[in-house]
Amino acid sequence: MNHDVDITPAEIDIRGLTKIFGEGPQAVTAISRADLDLDRGAFISLLGPSGCGKTTLLRVVAGLEAPSEGNVSIRGLPVWRGRKRSRKATRPVSMMFQEARLFPWYSVAENVALPLRITGMSKSDRMARAHEICATVGLKGFENHRPAQLSGGMRQRASLARALVTDPQVLLLDEPFGALDAMTRDTLNLELMEVCARARVTTILVTHSIAEAAFLSDRVVVLAPRPARITNVVEIPFARPRTLDLQRSTAFQDIVADLRTQLTEGHDA
Amino acid sequence: MPRSANFWRMALPAIAVVIFLVGWSAYVRTAEVSAFVLPTPEAIAVALGQLILDPKLWYHARITVTEAVSGFAIAVTLGTVLGFLMARFPPVEWAAKPFIVLLQLVPKIALAPLFILWFGFGLESKIVIAAALAFFPVFSNALIAFKSVDPGDSDVMTMLQANAAQRFVMLELPNALPVVLTGMEVSVVMSMIGAIVGEFIGGSEGLGYLAVKYLQELSVPNLFAVVVVLTLVGLCLYLLIGRLRAWLAPWHAASAASH
Repeated sequence: MNHDVDITPAEIDIRGLTKIFGEGPQAVTAISRADLDLDRGAFISLLGPSGCGKTTLLRVVAGLEAPSEGNVSIRGLPVWRGRKRSRKATRPVSMMFQEARLFPWYSVAENVALPLRITGMSKSDRMARAHEICATVGLKGFENHRPAQLSGGMRQRASLARALVTDPQVLLLDEPFGALDAMTRDTLNLELMEVCARARVTTILVTHSIAEAAFLSDRVVVLAPRPARITNVVEIPFARPRTLDLQRSTAFQDIVADLRTQLTEGHDA
Repeated sequence: MPRSANFWRMALPAIAVVIFLVGWSAYVRTAEVSAFVLPTPEAIAVALGQLILDPKLWYHARITVTEAVSGFAIAVTLGTVLGFLMARFPPVEWAAKPFIVLLQLVPKIALAPLFILWFGFGLESKIVIAAALAFFPVFSNALIAFKSVDPGDSDVMTMLQANAAQRFVMLELPNALPVVLTGMEVSVVMSMIGAIVGEFIGGSEGLGYLAVKYLQELSVPNLFAVVVVLTLVGLCLYLLIGRLRAWLAPWHAASAASH
């Protein structure tokens, strides 16, 4: 499904991306010469142990960290002009972080409506939209709660709602469900997959969970540390929509085993 | 009713205060301390009762509160604005740093006579002294508060394409508010001290003036009574800031209660 003949440029195009922190002998290469392209609606995972530069790669794509070399284009527009982030290129992008990052001074609904408030939408319109999206992610009845009153899972639901409220075309996920229990994590992953498929959202997920990467992705990008780099890209052939049963199939287990081997080899190299 | 821990939590402070007052009274009576030096708590209570009924007291109290609150308002405004500017624009901090350090080290009370010289014997000099004393707690808290925006929260605003004004209103200001309010709790007490010291040094009205007058008349129970009134006024102002915090930063009060 990702091999459609397509004359439009890739949705996300990462070319020769290198990020070095620091200078001289203390310099650390966070990611070295990464190349990747994603078609519209593609879901890829960046999989690797900590220190492999997967989060840095995502942050450069998001426009939060300037690259040392190379660049990223989103829908044909370069994210970076030198060290300056392009607002225009990153406008269709939403990002979720490891923590929910809700503002404690706002209610759940106000947090979810925040992106719309920033775009200048009227209060009644944005609150109506926030309530709508809260209902779709299972936050009905919690709209007027404060973030501190929610469980970790509920908070990430609110964070997901805030990411989706602007109808993004690109979703960048930095291990958003990493701190949650397995059951909540499965539920949220299924919901996430459904939303991404329905709206053909192009998604990059950073994770260190092999099963999660294999279950959600069209392609899994395997990274290795020291030097931090991409070592392989594995196609995940399973049809969509996928259900949790897929994880019990031998084909799925084989892919997980293969990814595990690749991660270990990359680590030893 | 069982004598629970809760009961003793309520009862013990009251019992301790009563023992203290009874001990005080007994000491003054048995040790034959001069009433000019240390009156009995009963004598102070009587003086306080008479003073409260005297409209003169409320006139002086109004003067002191006006001075303290005006000085406090100036301190909060200047401290918050300067704290924000220094946190946001490092060159401002670099330029202002020597003056700030110097002003912090100077005992502000020692400047009080100078302020009387510059601003006269009226309310203005007391307001300036109150502001000078109340400035630093708000300023230093505001500086830290505006500097301590979580980079992760800042990333959220970057991803949402927020401009500088939106960042300030939706992130930096509410993030700083609880810490600034904590500084204000300290400042409001300092502004009372500033106003009273100003009245001690040069003035013809206010509770500080009243205290000095009673001292000169050797009317010690009245002097104590003024101190009690000053304490109560200070307490009211302090509690008012607490109410302000609950109103302006309810999320902080809620999180403080749950921890």
